[in-house]
Amino acid sequence: MIKIEPPHVGDEARRREPFLNDVPHPERSGFFFYLNTNKLGITLNLNTTTGRKIFQELVKESDVLVEDNPPQAIKELGLDYESLAGINPHLIMTSITPFGQYGPYRDYKAYHLNTYHGSGVAKVLASILPQDTPMPTKGPGFLGDYDCGLNAATATMAALYACLFTGRGQHVDISKQESLIATERIEMDMFGNNERGSTVWSQYMVGGLQRCKDGYVMITLGGTHHWEGLVKLLGNPDWAQDEKYKEEMNTYIHAQEINRHIAEWMINQTKEDVYHRAQALNCPIGMVTTVEDLVTSEQLQVRGFFAEVEHPEMGKFKCPTASYRFSKTPLRIERPAPLLGEHNEEVFGKRLGYTREELARMRGAGII
Amino acid sequence: MSRLPLDGIRITDFTWAWAGPYATMLLAFMGAEVIKIETNKRPDHARLRALATGLGSKDPDLSSIFNDLNLNKMAITLDLAQPKAVALAKRLVGISDVVAENFRPGVMNRLGLAYDALKEVKPDIVMLSSSSLGAVGTESKYAGYAPIFAAHGGLAYLTGYPNARPVPLMGSSDLRSAATSAFAILIALYHRARTGEGQHIDLSSVETISVLIGDALLDYIMNDRIPIRKGNRDEIMAPHNCYPCQGEDKWVSIAIASEEEWQSFCDALGNPPWTREEPFRDAYRRWQNQDELDRLIGEWTINYTHYEVMERLQQVGVAAIPSFDGTELFQDPHFKERGLATEVIHPKIGKRIVLAPPWKFSDTPAQISRRGPLLGEHNEYVFGDLLGIPKAEVAQMEEEGVFY
Repeated sequence: MIKIEPPHVGDEARRREPFLNDVPHPERSGFFFYLNTNKLGITLNLNTTTGRKIFQELVKESDVLVEDNPPQAIKELGLDYESLAGINPHLIMTSITPFGQYGPYRDYKAYHLNTYHGSGVAKVLASILPQDTPMPTKGPGFLGDYDCGLNAATATMAALYACLFTGRGQHVDISKQESLIATERIEMDMFGNNERGSTVWSQYMVGGLQRCKDGYVMITLGGTHHWEGLVKLLGNPDWAQDEKYKEEMNTYIHAQEINRHIAEWMINQTKEDVYHRAQALNCPIGMVTTVEDLVTSEQLQVRGFFAEVEHPEMGKFKCPTASYRFSKTPLRIERPAPLLGEHNEEVFGKRLGYTREELARMRGAGII
Repeated sequence: MSRLPLDGIRITDFTWAWAGPYATMLLAFMGAEVIKIETNKRPDHARLRALATGLGSKDPDLSSIFNDLNLNKMAITLDLAQPKAVALAKRLVGISDVVAENFRPGVMNRLGLAYDALKEVKPDIVMLSSSSLGAVGTESKYAGYAPIFAAHGGLAYLTGYPNARPVPLMGSSDLRSAATSAFAILIALYHRARTGEGQHIDLSSVETISVLIGDALLDYIMNDRIPIRKGNRDEIMAPHNCYPCQGEDKWVSIAIASEEEWQSFCDALGNPPWTREEPFRDAYRRWQNQDELDRLIGEWTINYTHYEVMERLQQVGVAAIPSFDGTELFQDPHFKERGLATEVIHPKIGKRIVLAPPWKFSDTPAQISRRGPLLGEHNEYVFGDLLGIPKAEVAQMEEEGVFY
């Protein structure tokens, strides 16, 4: 994976929190560190003729190109799919933009806030926010952009797989808006069929979000067997023996009443204690974890969710890896996120054959 | 006829509920032949009820949610409590490329269908096991549903407002887990195509959520900080929020990242005097005074519809997009031109609009070609045509309840 950044300024993510010890520095962004592990980093100015020529040489040697420029900009540079396919017919080019490569909003500007709201998922989320919340609200951080990244990675893998058999490359058009819409497929289909998008129903869930002494837990019951586990957890209280609650998991009539009872009990418990005891009784309860809970979680540690990554400017840190473990092809940490232009010599020199002299001149000319 | 990316790939699908079925449906959109195994004793619970909506039904073929999560698939019934049914499932695996399951860890083993057993019948099989917390560790058998993934994965704590409770996202957490499963299966298929080697994938749904807050995790790892909910706000940008517009509960999102955008924004507003006042003079001052800034912007946006604000601001290069609701989206000209809705006809449900696949491939377009299957609808095709079991034998097993 060769990451191309503009000379001097680099990826916008280098200017994003968190910074090591809160000191902003382009080589010390935890955000950039997380998102660029295992990549080589080069700098290249695509606004220069030589820069574009080198880019085309790289494209010729690549299986995949992933880019997120405005459709008009990439066309003006002469680096659109039609042009690049002429250089490399096997190329898979994945273009990620807020609204895709065609359609009336194609050229509209949108940051994560805007794509999140423009996808309709903020309104779905709004239905489960506390009722006095003033406005629709986005998911945390860059949730929607991560969703889009995964969606684009999936489509890219599919195109690569297809290429093994067809021998042909193709252009994959990924819209951030569509990637996000897909994360609420069930709700969206309801809207599409004029049925109420009805996550409001979560108010009628038995359990749901409950406050404890030191935080929150989430109770989600899938049937009567789980209800029985919950009653045991609560210590078989008298109120729970009432006949009218026996069919609750099929009728959903008394949830609010039951939840008041649960809340009274829960407020004196700690989240971790409830979590383990409930699960031992076959009652699905999860903690509302903070990042501290996750980083110190024994389960995640046993799974190897965090890997130690050593970075030349920041030192050694744990870094989240992936949610899947492959039995034959486990992921490897090969290198930390690249420094700006760290691999210019390796890529331009060793791979493309430019001499040191040429590189020095190109650096002077602001091309790399 | 154009080829689909996964033409010729067959998936034996033991998954149920949302997180498994959505994964295999994504692969079915790409052309994989997905054969879903259920039993009348315990059909996929999406056929009967939905945690997120409270919809319930006695007829397993009437669930629109099931339909929406199982498009393009076939469905067979096998009572896996019977050895003959397990043997048939293995025969099906023998002619499959992928197996997917999302039982609690240990269940497939108990059924005699663990990876090691399936590898015996199909050495290069790719098998995905998706569970709440993965197949190893002391919490591996803990149960969970989508809202628990959101809570336990760390997303809920960061969603909502600092002075209000955290918000566990609901069904979308299942779909996020599923999208990750589909990605992992594709990686394994690619590896298999190049090396001939199959493998097992052990996926944790909770971890599929935790990777989406990696930057927050690093804030703790690097700085010992525990970030909290921030609503619509950003660390750097202001304005960065939703603003009220004409109509009931109508909002537009506006985000400004540069001084140039701020100037264009002020011009679009007609440069009211407040924009030049000290508290709003540079990006940092605006960020510090964003409560007041948001109030003042809201006084302008409320005079227009959210569409009008979008058009006015986009014309001058400012990022403004309405906070659409689902109904508006399906009517929206961009949504329509992108062809994001498809219609399927279901024999019991009737006409149903469903979302199209979330990718546009230029050479191998993904597609929705069939509505969700009825319970056991494809028994004849799978047991007769695919596995070649003689009719008399099928009838005999039918009698014994193997297909129940």
